[in-house]
Amino acid sequence: MAQTAVPQEYKWWSGGKSPFNVSYGKLMMWYFLMSDTFTFGAFLISYGTIRFSQEYWPNPNHVFNSFPFAGHEANLPLAFVSLMTFILIISSVTMVLAVHAGHNMDKKGVQKYMLWTILGGLAFLSCQAWEWTHLLTGAHKVLIDGQIHELNTTVSHNPWGPQVMHNGELVGTPGPVAFGGYFFGITGFHGFHVFSGVVINIIMYIMTTRNVFHNRGHYEMIEKAGLYWHFVDLVWVFVFLCFYLI
Amino acid sequence: MEHQQLASPEISFAPAHRDDTVRRIWKTTIILSVITLIELALGFGLAKEWYGESHGAILFVKGVICILSLAKAFYIVSIFMHLGDEIRNLIMTIVVPLLLFVWFIAAFLWDGDSWRSLRKTYNKGNPAKHEQVARPASEGTLK
Repeated sequence: MAQTAVPQEYKWWSGGKSPFNVSYGKLMMWYFLMSDTFTFGAFLISYGTIRFSQEYWPNPNHVFNSFPFAGHEANLPLAFVSLMTFILIISSVTMVLAVHAGHNMDKKGVQKYMLWTILGGLAFLSCQAWEWTHLLTGAHKVLIDGQIHELNTTVSHNPWGPQVMHNGELVGTPGPVAFGGYFFGITGFHGFHVFSGVVINIIMYIMTTRNVFHNRGHYEMIEKAGLYWHFVDLVWVFVFLCFYLI
Repeated sequence: MEHQQLASPEISFAPAHRDDTVRRIWKTTIILSVITLIELALGFGLAKEWYGESHGAILFVKGVICILSLAKAFYIVSIFMHLGDEIRNLIMTIVVPLLLFVWFIAAFLWDGDSWRSLRKTYNKGNPAKHEQVARPASEGTLK
C-alpha cells in the first residue's frame, strides 16, 4: 500500500463517514493496541524504577547464558534470546505477507502465510517454555547467613546477587527479589499475548479455509489479526531491550 | 490482479495500491535484522566488558541500543502495521497520546534514582555487599 490519495481541503469531520478513513473495527483495534502499549509501558517503567532504586542489579549476561543441548557449563550470553527475537521477526514478516495476499484476494497465499505465522508463534512459545523451565529448575549455590544454600530463580528467590569470598571460593548471595517477579511477570504477560495471538491466528486460518472472507469480499479480519500480531512483536522489541540487552 | 472490496462504507478513499509492496516488506525485514544484529553486537560487547569500567561509556552504549530499538519500533509500526500509509488523522490519534511516555519514563526513572540516593543516605548501617552472618541470639534479652 501507499499513502492514500486524498483531495486537498477534504472535509473529514462533516459526518457520515469515518474521519480516519478506516472501518470501526480497525480503528478500535488501533485504540486497543494503544491502551495495551500503556499497560506494557507501565510494567516496564515500574521495572525500571525498581532497578534504578537498587544499588545492585543482576547482570542479564550471567543469568541468561544457556542454550538447549549445550550443557550446563555453556556460557552463551544473548544466544538463545537472539534466536527467539529472530523467530518473532520472521513470523511478523510472514504475517504481513498474509495481509498482502489478502489485499489481492489470494486465499491460497493467506492460508500458506498464516500457517507459517502460527508455526513461528508456537516456536517462540516453546523457546519461552524452555527458558522458564531452565530458570525455575536450575539451582545455584548461594551464601545466606554463613551457610551455603541452593536457590532457583523464581518470583520469590534470586540467586544472582553480588559474589563474595567464602572458604576461598567465590559464591553468590541473594540478589534483589524483584528481579524474578518482574522477569516472569512481564515475559509471562507477553507470552500470554503470543499465546492468544496464536489462537486468534488459528481462528483466522479456519475462517479463511471456510471461505468466510472470500464470500465477504475482503480480508480485513486478517489485517486486524495482523495488527495484533505485529504489536506482540513490537512489545518483544522492548522486553528484549529491557531484560536482556541493557 | 483481483483486488478486495472496501471493508466498510465508512471508508471514503480506497487505500492506494503499489506494485513494490513485497519488495518493501523484504527491505524492511533486512533493516530490522541488521538493526537487531547491531544491537546484539553492542550487547555482546557489554557482556564481554569491552567498554571498560567507565560508567559514561556503558551508559552511552546502552543509550545507542535504546535508540536502535525505537528505530525498530518505527519500522514495525510504519511499514508492517501500515500506519505510515494511513491518513494523517489516524496517525495523529495514535501517535499524539503516546507522547505521555516522555513524562512517564522520565518521572519514574527519576523517582527510582532518588529512592536509591535516599537509601544511600539513610541505610548506611546495612550494607548488602558483604557476607551476611547471623549474629548469635544474645542471651538475656528475653525475660
